[in-house]
Amino acid sequence: MDGKKTPLYGAHLAAGGKMVEFGGYCLPVQYKTGVIREHMAVRTACGLFDVSHMGEILVEGKGAVAYLNRLLTNDYTVMRPGQARYSPMCREDGGTVDDLIVYKIRDDSYFVVVNAANKEKDFAWMKAHQTENASVSDVSDRYAQIALQGPKAEALLRRLTGELPEKYYTALFDARVDGIPCILSRTGYTGEDGFEMYLAPDRAEALWTLLLQTGKEDGLIPCGLGARDTLRLEAAMPLYGHELSDTITPLEAGLRSFVKLEKPGFIGREALLAQASPPRRRVGLKITGRGIAREHQEVFLDGQPVGMTTSGTHCPFLNGPYAMALVRADVPAQGARVEVDVRGRRVEAETVPLPFYRRPR
Amino acid sequence: MNFPKNLMYTKTHEWVLFAEDGSAAVGITDYAQDQLGDLVFVNLPEKGDPVTAGESFADVESVKAVSDVLSPVTGEVAEINELLADEPQRMNQAPYDSWFVKVQNITDRAELMDAEAYQAYTASC
Repeated sequence: MDGKKTPLYGAHLAAGGKMVEFGGYCLPVQYKTGVIREHMAVRTACGLFDVSHMGEILVEGKGAVAYLNRLLTNDYTVMRPGQARYSPMCREDGGTVDDLIVYKIRDDSYFVVVNAANKEKDFAWMKAHQTENASVSDVSDRYAQIALQGPKAEALLRRLTGELPEKYYTALFDARVDGIPCILSRTGYTGEDGFEMYLAPDRAEALWTLLLQTGKEDGLIPCGLGARDTLRLEAAMPLYGHELSDTITPLEAGLRSFVKLEKPGFIGREALLAQASPPRRRVGLKITGRGIAREHQEVFLDGQPVGMTTSGTHCPFLNGPYAMALVRADVPAQGARVEVDVRGRRVEAETVPLPFYRRPR
Repeated sequence: MNFPKNLMYTKTHEWVLFAEDGSAAVGITDYAQDQLGDLVFVNLPEKGDPVTAGESFADVESVKAVSDVLSPVTGEVAEINELLADEPQRMNQAPYDSWFVKVQNITDRAELMDAEAYQAYTASC
């Protein structure tokens, strides 16, 4: 395998991880437990993920906020240190370069987390659009990242650290988990409560092992990319390259609330303003016929092609097949009976509201 | 990993059990189910459909992906295992009890291995 090894590569092999290449990294798609049990652990107890492949970029300088506001569709003007905020990053034509999370460390310092597969592209884009008094540095190699996700994650972490980020989408930049320094963030990609820890690569295996030992009584197990994908799909979170791409705008992807059209001067604003009512939109599909829809399959309404699926799988917690699709905007987002071409077979489906799964609060 | 001696095996990880009446039951091997992971769906042919040795006659879907199942023999589908449609996890739990179809009027077969040869083959995969 050609992929880069994360600091947890040895731990994955020792635990029987089935390794695949993803975003330029060698990562486990699953362990011996299998995707379904790993998925269910996160929904009902907790699961541990190696997400060290994610990219980290530091934006610094007194022009940092102005720069982020130019670069991203969300608004970073009013934000407290320790807050995190999601945003698409758009091209001039409204297509999406990537989607990312920005953490405010201080007024002149922001920590940006981007998708692994887009790391180089994003960094080049950010460099090419640099504005005054803002510097951009790729610090990906300085960080491993571990995600602890699920309803029991909080109680588990409380046994290891005195202070937790109390609110969703906040972070502590000088946290210690059993003495191991890390950025401790209350974020995730599973639709559950959970935490992500950014730390020095040489401490990653110690933290990984410690968490697994501590969480044993909670039902904590390591989870692979397979479960990460089924969990995010069940929670209808977009994945770049599927629901978002260079040719899909965040408005089409249903991310209107992260696009502040009233904010002047951001890249892509004119194109997005012109797309006030996008020609396509993202919808949820519950597969009602026999079969499992996957990505890039054609969707039909009344026999006419109306769009394509962007992701699809069997959702373990809901125990059935679901898909997301980008379809003509006139297709009702709820209750439309459609068909998906599953390798030559027309399989019945119905549009249903997103997300498919919402965690009980 | 289990390799029952009474079965024959294909390079594409199907098993076949020849009955005395000349028909054959077909399924996927323990190795195959382990490689595929949690199986959640199977698409079977219909009774009476022709199947051809080395060609796809069914597909199985794991959470992750879809895979074709190739027929070890040429013939006609005599019976399908409806149980698998309702409980696809049986293919993981008991791959050698989970026959997909029974084939009759067999006129040809793919290149098959005995248990020992198949076990050696999987070790080299």
